[in-house]
Amino acid sequence: MDQNSNLLTAEKVVKSFPLPAGGEQTVLEEVSVNIVQAEIVALLGRSGSGKSTLLRILAGLVEPTSGRVLRQGVPLEGPNSGVAMVFQSFALLPWLTVQENAELGLFARGVPKDVCEKEAIHALGMVGLEGFEGAYPKELSGGMRQRVGFARAFVMKPDVLMMDEPFSALDVLTAENLRGEISDLWERGAFPAKSVLLVTHNIEEAVLLADRIVILGANPGLIRGEVRVEIPRPRDKKGPRFVALVDYIYTVMTNPQAPVGDIPTKQSDRFLMLPHARVGGISGLLEIVADRGGREDLPKLAESLRLEVDDLLPAVDASNMLGFATVSQGDVMITDIGQQFAAADVHRSHHIFKEQLLKNVPFASTVVETINQKKNGRIGKEFLLDILDEHFSESEAERQFQTLVDWGRYAQLFEYDASEERLYKVEEDEPTSFEG
Amino acid sequence: MPLTAWRNWSFSSQPSDSKRPSLGLPDLAVGLGVLTTLYLIAHIGSESLVKFKPPDIIPSISLNPRNLPNYAARSTLRMFLALIASTLFTFIYGYVAARSKRAERLLIPLLDILQSVPVLGFLSVTVTAFIALFRGSLLGLEAAAIFAIFTGQAWNMTFSFYQSLRAVPHELDEMSSLYRLSRWERFTRLELPASVIGLVWNGMMSFGGGWFFLAASEAISVLNRQYTLPGLGSYVTAAVQAKDFTALAWAIGTMILVILLIDQFFWKPLVTVADRYKLEITAGEERRFWLVDLWRSASLPQYAGRLIQPLIRTIDRRLSKATAVPAKTHHREPSKWADRLYNSVLILISAALLFAATRFVLSEVGLREVGHAAKLGLLTGARVLVLLVFSTLVWTPIGVLIGFSPKLARVCQPLVQILASFPANFVFPFATLGFIKAGITLNWGSMLLMAMGAQWYLLFNVIGGAQSIPNELREMAASIGLKGIRQWRALIGPGIFSSWVTGAITASGGAWNASIVAEIVSWGNTTLKANGLGAYIADATTQGDWPRIVLGVGLMSLFVVGLNRLVWRPLYDLAENKYRLG
Repeated sequence: MDQNSNLLTAEKVVKSFPLPAGGEQTVLEEVSVNIVQAEIVALLGRSGSGKSTLLRILAGLVEPTSGRVLRQGVPLEGPNSGVAMVFQSFALLPWLTVQENAELGLFARGVPKDVCEKEAIHALGMVGLEGFEGAYPKELSGGMRQRVGFARAFVMKPDVLMMDEPFSALDVLTAENLRGEISDLWERGAFPAKSVLLVTHNIEEAVLLADRIVILGANPGLIRGEVRVEIPRPRDKKGPRFVALVDYIYTVMTNPQAPVGDIPTKQSDRFLMLPHARVGGISGLLEIVADRGGREDLPKLAESLRLEVDDLLPAVDASNMLGFATVSQGDVMITDIGQQFAAADVHRSHHIFKEQLLKNVPFASTVVETINQKKNGRIGKEFLLDILDEHFSESEAERQFQTLVDWGRYAQLFEYDASEERLYKVEEDEPTSFEG
Repeated sequence: MPLTAWRNWSFSSQPSDSKRPSLGLPDLAVGLGVLTTLYLIAHIGSESLVKFKPPDIIPSISLNPRNLPNYAARSTLRMFLALIASTLFTFIYGYVAARSKRAERLLIPLLDILQSVPVLGFLSVTVTAFIALFRGSLLGLEAAAIFAIFTGQAWNMTFSFYQSLRAVPHELDEMSSLYRLSRWERFTRLELPASVIGLVWNGMMSFGGGWFFLAASEAISVLNRQYTLPGLGSYVTAAVQAKDFTALAWAIGTMILVILLIDQFFWKPLVTVADRYKLEITAGEERRFWLVDLWRSASLPQYAGRLIQPLIRTIDRRLSKATAVPAKTHHREPSKWADRLYNSVLILISAALLFAATRFVLSEVGLREVGHAAKLGLLTGARVLVLLVFSTLVWTPIGVLIGFSPKLARVCQPLVQILASFPANFVFPFATLGFIKAGITLNWGSMLLMAMGAQWYLLFNVIGGAQSIPNELREMAASIGLKGIRQWRALIGPGIFSSWVTGAITASGGAWNASIVAEIVSWGNTTLKANGLGAYIADATTQGDWPRIVLGVGLMSLFVVGLNRLVWRPLYDLAENKYRLG
């Protein structure tokens, strides 16, 4: 039956939160996703793309503002009992033993104790934790704790196993190890779930594990497109098809306007959102790229700096926004201005940054004009937050403010007193002499 | 579930096997200890069922020191009964407040107010009410005393529980929802363990404060009648009336002994056991304590555990089934109108109560009396202020000194803890005598009395604050030669500021409460009185003058709540925002 092969479907799911200044912020806009049997689906997106929210809506933990979730054709009205979840920070109860933690889900269902024990011990064996049944989480390493998390999920034999960035709290080696083991289990056909839904911001992880990658855009969160991964398993990270796919996905994610697959993107006329990057990160990135001849492949950059999408891309985006670099085909290229900025001394770099900021970020110019118009040359943080509140959620507005302050201070556009929460006009100094 | 955990722990992480441990010396100790405790409880408890008809057959206090163990035991029993009541209250109140947004809006501000209301002011009401309830037996008085202690213990613990519930890590919460843990399972496996540490520490602090209320409530004059309950507090009152120094000294000694014993046999083991419920999973050192080790090495508890386990398991399952969470939990947002209606009703009710209270007071007592009481309130407030300033000037440097030296801290901290628990009203008589002999009026003397109970909280918190200043910062200060006043201004002052605020809030609250027993004191037949709101309330209580009691207590609550909002809350926010370390 066609219906039954659809394990989990989200139909035009919308999730929005009320903004403090009135109005709504939409985290997910008409997202439709379908998961069928025997596949691993990855949800890939930047932070703010609503991927964790979508996961929780599919798990029935969060109710959508509109739209619905169908579990094998039946609408979901509470926590999805066909789903088990592995959490980013493991979510183990510190006062229960490994075995008691693993049994918890079955125990809550009223399964008799001896069956619980048997299943738990079997699952713990599957993840390589035989002998540790009586240990407490605090005696285990991070990787082992996550294995307990997996065992707890395996024990439930769910339709869909959901993983919320399961390896991002682990060190690189442990993460690689665990990823490989999960992949092995899947390939062997011994996986105790019918399908898997993986939320990640690590592009390589998605290409390594998934059959299908759903790319989510941010602000609002919507599905930009899907990429099928048809590389046969086991997958080689250095293989040409792998590398090409990773490159393609980097391109897509650094160019928010580009269509993915053949799904056109909406041009939205939105208030310019500042990427969450500090000036230190931006100038660091530009210096490295300049060092490597002015052009670098993003995946290579990410790997050599051991950074993931969420760490590297904001700096890349910011450089792009300020005109210091451009991105195409998964490569970042420094511009002339960017070269000047990377090579300049302290004084000149402030000046260059100031020019680029005023040219490319309208809000910065607005702020400076407002400060100059006022007689006492100062404006309060609340005033700016009021403006930002109309476009962003409360926490995002705060982050936008902090980023703006960081950039503005570096550009010497204004000064900021954190204890009084006020921006001040910069005192006029004697003009410093510039080179060239 | 808890008992399997016990077993695992006593075998230190080895999988539980069926090795049959043999009975040994630890079992003898544990067995004797448990039996003795049970016997004592039964024996002392039965004494409370003595018949009495106020004011005819009132139990009398004998000043013979031989009676002290009995009196001490009865007082201790009262304290623990109040602790049980406080714990139950905490669970119910805190749980409802944390789970229901609507209830929260009412319950938390209410808790805030309850914390500020001077408990002792209400003794007259509660005593009469409980006596009427338990006609013919001493239980009425006992209930009133236990209630007084309860009100001294419960609020702090409730706040702590409420905050722990709200601070449960999000992912653990989601995991419980996803795996459909029943309400009971969620409470016993997640919420309760997560709040244990906060509860135990707060309980410890609140318990100590309870001794003060005990002492004040065991012998009270209400409506011109003298009510006494056999206990340490009434013993002290009797000693004071008889001007018996030796008896007083015996009582103080017994009190110290009791505090030490309870600390060793109850709190320290509890704190040790609670340590395993830490939320941050760090492989640190385990806390150890001799009593806990003894318990674990005995096999009687394990036998007993194994016996009861099936019963506990059945109860556990039954409760789980009864509190199962429905499969359909999605519901649309509660309507804004229902919310608004609820809020308006709350406001209306509060306004109505306020109106009724003001009208009652004004009609019975008149505006002039209100003004008079308010003036007295200002006087008491001034005393509290002076007390705080003085304690800060004296104890802050000392506290910092102790906090900076681990050796000193190890010795002094338990000492200060005991001083904070020790009911200051036991020592009042000595001070009173001093005042009488030296001719000091109680207007000044009461400050000393109030300080005797309250200043230890300040000291205790400052010590903790000094300890929390990172060593790195102190080394940095030393290396750049930052010394003396400059070091205080730049480092030490800001570093201990938030702890100081916490200590000052507690000390101030304690001082206000203490004023009710500190502004009227007596030795033998001599009574000293100060001009203040505390004396006003105490007088009104003795005379049974309802309107004045309501006026006095209401005004004092108003003062305390007002100070909280206008002074302490902003200071606390300042401490959190500007002066937080890391």
